[in-house]
Amino acid sequence: MSESVTREPVHAGFVAGSDMGADPTMLLSLRGITKHFGAVQALRHVDLDVPAGQVTALVGDNGAGKSTLIKAVAGIDGPSSGSMFWQGEKMDVHTPKDAALLGIATVYQDLALCDNLDIVANMYLGFESTKHRVLDEITMEKHTQETLRDLSVTTVHSVRQLVASLSGGQRQSIAVARAVMRDAKLVIMDEPTAALGVSQTAQVLALIKTLASRGIGVLVISHNLNDVFEVADRIAVMYLGTLVSSGPIANYSMSSAVELITTGVVSRVA
Amino acid sequence: MASTSAPLPETSIVDAPKTTLTARLSSVVGPDVGIIPVLIALVALIIYFDIRSSVFLSADNVTNLFIQAIIYIFLGMAEVWLLLLGEIDLSLGWVAGMSGSIAAIYTNIQFGWPWWLSFLAALVVCTGIGGLSGLIVVKLKLPSFIVTLAMSFIVEGILLYILDHVFEGGGAPVQSSILNNLTTGNLTPTWTWIFTIGVIALTAAMMIFRDRSRRAAGLEVPALYRMVVKLSALSAVGVALALLFNHNRGSFIPIEGMPFAVPLVLAVLGIYSFVLGRTRFGRYMYAIGGNTEAARRAGIPVNRYRIYAFMLGGFTAGIAGLFYVSRLGGYSSSSTDASVVLYAVAAAVIGGTSLYGGRGKMTYPVVGGIILAVIINGLVLIQISSTMVFVITGVVLLGAVTVDSLARKSQSLLK
Repeated sequence: MSESVTREPVHAGFVAGSDMGADPTMLLSLRGITKHFGAVQALRHVDLDVPAGQVTALVGDNGAGKSTLIKAVAGIDGPSSGSMFWQGEKMDVHTPKDAALLGIATVYQDLALCDNLDIVANMYLGFESTKHRVLDEITMEKHTQETLRDLSVTTVHSVRQLVASLSGGQRQSIAVARAVMRDAKLVIMDEPTAALGVSQTAQVLALIKTLASRGIGVLVISHNLNDVFEVADRIAVMYLGTLVSSGPIANYSMSSAVELITTGVVSRVA
Repeated sequence: MASTSAPLPETSIVDAPKTTLTARLSSVVGPDVGIIPVLIALVALIIYFDIRSSVFLSADNVTNLFIQAIIYIFLGMAEVWLLLLGEIDLSLGWVAGMSGSIAAIYTNIQFGWPWWLSFLAALVVCTGIGGLSGLIVVKLKLPSFIVTLAMSFIVEGILLYILDHVFEGGGAPVQSSILNNLTTGNLTPTWTWIFTIGVIALTAAMMIFRDRSRRAAGLEVPALYRMVVKLSALSAVGVALALLFNHNRGSFIPIEGMPFAVPLVLAVLGIYSFVLGRTRFGRYMYAIGGNTEAARRAGIPVNRYRIYAFMLGGFTAGIAGLFYVSRLGGYSSSSTDASVVLYAVAAAVIGGTSLYGGRGKMTYPVVGGIILAVIINGLVLIQISSTMVFVITGVVLLGAVTVDSLARKSQSLLK
């Protein structure tokens, strides 16, 4: 019996097409998202579903289009064509504030924290509570402590510590906690464990799982397949601007994921 | 700070063996830890000059010293608005001159405007100049150093032209008694005491109130000795100053009482500190200075706030100018002002303001301004040549910045 190896792309099972209606059970649905920067095609007809209460990992090599896709969802740089649906309804996001109002919180790789301010100030940046035009420090401090406690972020000694004095993992936790405090329904995280050591990575992955268990949808961009297979429920692979494969993590193995990332297809033993 | 394979408890505290006194001292002042060496230096300088000159701590000289410090203090506060954002405004010396001149000109008999109207005009013009600089920096995305340097030349030229041509004989003398009283008027001795005790009582009340509301909300409260130390220091200084000011310092006619300038400075200090520390506006200033991109992503209108900072710098320089022209008795094209803005920046930095943005309080230029005035006043009294005054001022500035930087480094390790 001879073995012939055929190469075929693995699809998740839905038909790609920009005219397709969104799946209302999904928190976020992207259909036919295309983006060009002049002559460069950064995204080609990307269809993606992100469910609530689960962790979806967005993986791909450098230049695959992950960040571009995220920027479109977060309202920083909209797509050239295609549609985006939020909880089944067409969404119109032109600025980060629009995305925030819908409940989309993005935690960027640089975390966007102010080192010269303490944890409370960072958590409430742009959304401070005031009493008679004066900052209501007491309410903000209490709420911050409660939020951190809820998310089991216990390693921080005082919420009045300056953010500059926190470790990488603690800073990541604060950035995520800030999203949760804004009642985010979808938290997008860009390379959350990239600069972290082993125990800090574990801390952040535990936090990601906690978020999902509370019904929040999490979309994680990551290069680290170990982390992905540890924490993700679903995976979506991008290759040169196209979403080549997505689906439940159980359908994938480390090697098939690597192959999809590097070549865009997975070899099938016929 | 990646950890090793054994999961260590997450701490960011390095247990450095510090003496209880140092640790307690730094916990009293908290983030202002760099100010301790500056205050020590101030006390040391005062003691030194008192030994070298019997006149230094006389009521007359101390009052003089405060009035001299006022221009550095106000201009320093003006620069703090900009330094917090990592910007600078090199034109504020001349802007202050413009303000003083406008006030002097319009209160002159030839125009006869009421004092409040001419003060208002002066402040509006200065705020406008600041706003213009800010607009250019923001819209054309040019560095504030260059824009404000250019503006400083422009304002200087316009001001000198006005001063040479507005009145017969050039110059603008101070004719308004209100304008004059800014630096020469005094509170009565009774009012001096009322004011001093009032300030101490108000500070104590605010501290106690804060303590109690935190306790009521179940939040941790700083140790009691912190409040006690701060209040004792404040009371000691306040009472000493009140006694000094009430002492007769006139030679022919009795002059006693706290100069008007002191409560005015404290009022501006109080308002500005409140805005910076307790309002959203102030919070956003710190955020933009600390991480502009983070502030932008949080939805803060960064460009707008930058222009506000320039306007506030101009406005405060305007206030400085009123006091300056009052002290000089008038303004003419021969009163050069080119270097005073650099002293203002020095005053802010000596107190602990960072040039890179995100760190500074309005109390810093007050301390810095007083130190500068002490140095200049003291060195002149012991008859050091004016060239040495420059050298020593430079050395002190360098020393202050170095000590502040070292103090903060060690504090971040403690945390």
